[in-house]
Amino acid sequence: MSATTTTAAPGRSLPATEGSLVQRALRGAVTPGGAVFILVAILFLAVVAANPSFGEPPQLIRFIGRTAPIAIAAMGQYYVIVSGEFDLSMGAVIATQVVIAGNYIGQDEGRVLPALVLMVAIGAVVGLVNGLGTTLLKVPSFIVTLGTMLALGGLVRFLTGGAATGNPVDSFREIGRGGIQDVPVLEVLPYPVIILVVIMIGGVLLMRSPFGRTIVATGDNPDAAGLAGAHVWWVKTRAFMLSSLSATVAGILLVGYAGVHPSVGSGYEFTAITAVVLGGVVLGGGRGWLLSAAAGAFALELLFSFLNFQEVESTWRPTVQGVIIILAVAAAGRAWSFGRRPSRTSPPAAPAPPSTPARPGTETGEN
Amino acid sequence: MRPKIHRAPIAVASALLLGVFATACSTEDPTDGDTGSDNTSETSESPDASESPEEGGEQEWFDQAVYDEQYEQRSATFEGDPETPYLQYIDGEMTDTADYKSNKPGKACFANASIGNPWRQTGWITMNQQLKDLQDKGVISEMETRDAGDDDNTQIADIDYFISEGNCDAFIISPNSTAAMTDAVERACETGKPVVVFDRGVQTDCATTFIHPIGGFAWGIDTAEFLVDNLEEGDKVVALRILPGVDVLEQRWAAAEKIFDENGIEAVDFFTGADPTEIKTFITDELNKGEIQGVWMDAGDGAVAAIEAFQDFGADLPVMTGEDEMSFLRKWEETGLTGLAPVYSNFQWRTPLLALEKIWAGEEVPKEWVLPQTPITEDERADYIEANDGMPDGHYAKFGGEDLVGYPEVWQERQIP
Amino acid sequence: MSATAAKVPETEESVRRRRAARPKDAKRRLGSTALIYLVLAGVVVASVVLTAVEGRNFFSQGNIWAVLTAMSVLGLIAIGQTLVILVGSLDLSVPYVVSLATVIAAGGMKGLDGNIPAALVNTLAVCAVIGLVMGLLVSVLHVHGFIASLGIGLIVSGYLGTNYQGSHGSAAPDLRLLGRSGIAGWIPTAFLIMLAGAVLVTLMLRYTRLGHHLYAIGGNREVARMSGVRTVMPVVAAHVLCSVLAGVAALLLLSRTGVGSPTIGSQGRYDLLSIAAVVLGGTLLAGGKGSVIGTIGGVAIFAVLDNVMGVMQVNPFLKDFVRGLVIVLAVAVYARRSVVRRPPRFGATRTVLPGSSTQQESA
Repeated sequence: MSATTTTAAPGRSLPATEGSLVQRALRGAVTPGGAVFILVAILFLAVVAANPSFGEPPQLIRFIGRTAPIAIAAMGQYYVIVSGEFDLSMGAVIATQVVIAGNYIGQDEGRVLPALVLMVAIGAVVGLVNGLGTTLLKVPSFIVTLGTMLALGGLVRFLTGGAATGNPVDSFREIGRGGIQDVPVLEVLPYPVIILVVIMIGGVLLMRSPFGRTIVATGDNPDAAGLAGAHVWWVKTRAFMLSSLSATVAGILLVGYAGVHPSVGSGYEFTAITAVVLGGVVLGGGRGWLLSAAAGAFALELLFSFLNFQEVESTWRPTVQGVIIILAVAAAGRAWSFGRRPSRTSPPAAPAPPSTPARPGTETGEN
Repeated sequence: MRPKIHRAPIAVASALLLGVFATACSTEDPTDGDTGSDNTSETSESPDASESPEEGGEQEWFDQAVYDEQYEQRSATFEGDPETPYLQYIDGEMTDTADYKSNKPGKACFANASIGNPWRQTGWITMNQQLKDLQDKGVISEMETRDAGDDDNTQIADIDYFISEGNCDAFIISPNSTAAMTDAVERACETGKPVVVFDRGVQTDCATTFIHPIGGFAWGIDTAEFLVDNLEEGDKVVALRILPGVDVLEQRWAAAEKIFDENGIEAVDFFTGADPTEIKTFITDELNKGEIQGVWMDAGDGAVAAIEAFQDFGADLPVMTGEDEMSFLRKWEETGLTGLAPVYSNFQWRTPLLALEKIWAGEEVPKEWVLPQTPITEDERADYIEANDGMPDGHYAKFGGEDLVGYPEVWQERQIP
Repeated sequence: MSATAAKVPETEESVRRRRAARPKDAKRRLGSTALIYLVLAGVVVASVVLTAVEGRNFFSQGNIWAVLTAMSVLGLIAIGQTLVILVGSLDLSVPYVVSLATVIAAGGMKGLDGNIPAALVNTLAVCAVIGLVMGLLVSVLHVHGFIASLGIGLIVSGYLGTNYQGSHGSAAPDLRLLGRSGIAGWIPTAFLIMLAGAVLVTLMLRYTRLGHHLYAIGGNREVARMSGVRTVMPVVAAHVLCSVLAGVAALLLLSRTGVGSPTIGSQGRYDLLSIAAVVLGGTLLAGGKGSVIGTIGGVAIFAVLDNVMGVMQVNPFLKDFVRGLVIVLAVAVYARRSVVRRPPRFGATRTVLPGSSTQQESA
């Protein structure tokens, strides 16, 4: 925002918070993070135009329920990307949780709670490994999470012979498949929707907390954040843990929705990254809003539904997806650099630097 | 600031390149017996006729001749005992194996496409138990396996490795794809050792025997006719397909599509990758558009998700064809829908090793070993479910290993060897 | 430690610091590559032992042939990936470009030797165009390489999935012969082609202006731009070369399979494995530092690893576990060293005395 950087006198507000709610909303709508909401609205109208019954509350709420897993995964990926890293291990984490659900719980209801605890523990451990590998071992996160993806996926398939035994007991699957019955207007309020809303609220509060601000700062400039007193390694590690835990929640929902199957969750990391990028979050960190990532996930799912309703061959879906993400990122790149002054010396789409002190940009006197 | 371009390294590189072209043109092929001469059977006038079209564009999978043949084979008589369906075959041309007769146990080398789906995993477990049985009988000394992980390039390398390093007395090959593996299989044939090809085929008939159930068209005919019998003209069927381009799957759809067309059934197909999430999404979207009376699948993986999609939507359950995977059989029984379970005869994984037993005994084997392929109907379903009680959901009812050592624990525990 | 304006004679301390700063740079640079070949040597030794336990000889003709063949296709793709990563971008579209190249080439050849030149030109031209588009997206529209290549890859994959339902076309007999030929049955021609590619690219990187510009842009795009380097052309060139090399790799694949296949690229997982090999070889993912020699070392490690796991008949699921572990651990071995110790070029951590000889070294 092109404001003069005078120190704020007591009682004086910052330019970013000036103006009425409407004015701030309009300003936000122009940024890529805000534009994705407009995209969601447009796509929603298009889908309803193609198939009016989609707009009926029962169908709509069910759509939101089935999009909840990818939206939650996108939010998890957001934490990692805004801190400047990648998490490619989400699919493997989901596969692990699916297998635990299928094999450990089985038909034994008493095991549901222990299984949930175990799943959360494993999610946290994987995130910890990813985070420490990136920050302590200094291996680029792309590589660490690629290694985790291969190692965890391979290990899980080895231990289970390639597939889980079968679906877990129905009460566990209720989390992802069931809902509150007999709700007026909506008929059923799916549990995933409730979980999604809770996570969204929690996430927004988190991003407004000091930790949340620090994540963004770390992504923007790790050295400055470090010098300002943040423990960069712990901030990034926690971001990875949040990502893996989000994948865990998504996995629990998917077991309910889709059942147990080896291909559940495969490729999720790339879909999540696509959703985050659609939401205007910049790869390389430092820019972007949490809810925009979730909105990106909804935009993606609406797009696919739209293609289904328009009877576009399912084989063309990847092409459409590819075109959309290129357009979105190209536009976002322009928009982010447009809205700031002074313009950054490195373009916003600069390649993601490894999380090391010797970051090229900071060595040249750009401080 | 212009850096000097050093001449010497450029000269070295050019020499290397020239060397490359020289070797490409003149050195012998290490897997050929003769030196120097191009003894391959390729002439410059014989492009691949049956598989690839001359002009670019879609490959046509429907082959009327093969379709008709498989139509007939569905009701053919099979030689052999129905209690051992993995040894049954349709009478036809036989290969004389007297030359291969041997008294000592031989080593088998198995180039496996992959164990990347539950059908292949079940078969692989069964094959290993069959191996143990034949090792006890002294027929086979060992079986070395190389897994290609669904990659053509790797499987070609695997076969070449077996040829040069494997010390094999016989080759068993489950090809990853039909056309790409043809040259490699021919190289295996050239070693003079018996070659057994099973599951997907190749475009050469040099193998000692090619083992497979009747085929994809038969699957498509069985399933589509079942749906047509139970539906009315104008009804809608959603076809869930796993992947494009796999010949065993494409043939199933080619036949089914034809029958649906001829009977006025509206069929819309989707590629799902066997991902249950995708399956549910497609079906839910289709239900949003209108009623669906039938579901056709080119493989049973993910059938449960399809059924659940109907239940979650609150729609009537469709007439459905899945596969003999336990998850589908159990769900079918639980919901009581009208259904059929076609099979791709998982017991075919026993036959290659049993074929080796015959070959090394000098007994003749069918050149093309067509195994029976009989769908499981509603009447038979209960028996199969009971017989396979305790098996995991990814197990296949017609795995044919009930009389093998380790039954039932090995399949229940599903430890991949 | 701030620089003082007064002229000071070189103290012992500053002399020590100066000597310490410069050799470290050179030693670390060699260190990465030497280190990866040390790791390779270790892997080879382990493989020799394990292969012997299985009763075979690692250095037999058939085994060496298998290892070198395994290195050829991934090696060519990894060389191209090195260029792209050096310049600060990524190429995730290689599997689909490879598949597309095989179907175009096979469809063009139709099994006749006479069609080879035309098919070759067509294939490599299409690859070059795809690389061009990606390069322009990255350099002109400032789209991150990850997204640009992911997007292009998805576009190509949709095209392939819709238009090709199985194997397509037929390779010419001469090409098939090339796929099986080699030197005395030990060294495949495909491997020599890969080596030739590696040599050419290394020469280009070391001795041409384009090569130097690639390093400069990868190191810091803005500084390069301000130094007068045109930042668009080298990035485009890197992507074009990467896609063309993928096309050549596709031709090698075609020489082995004999038919074009719309899925052969994805079967080989060449995107993630090539990036892993490049990073394993000491190239920084952020760009600006790396070498093709190191990449070849990384590819060799994967090939030897796969070879020994195949001989030992390791469970296929476990193979991925081992690969993942090796990738992370091997990169960790020198990731700390090469990055942390790299001396800043214009940093404030060294005393810069005006007029002293330390200033000239930093240029």
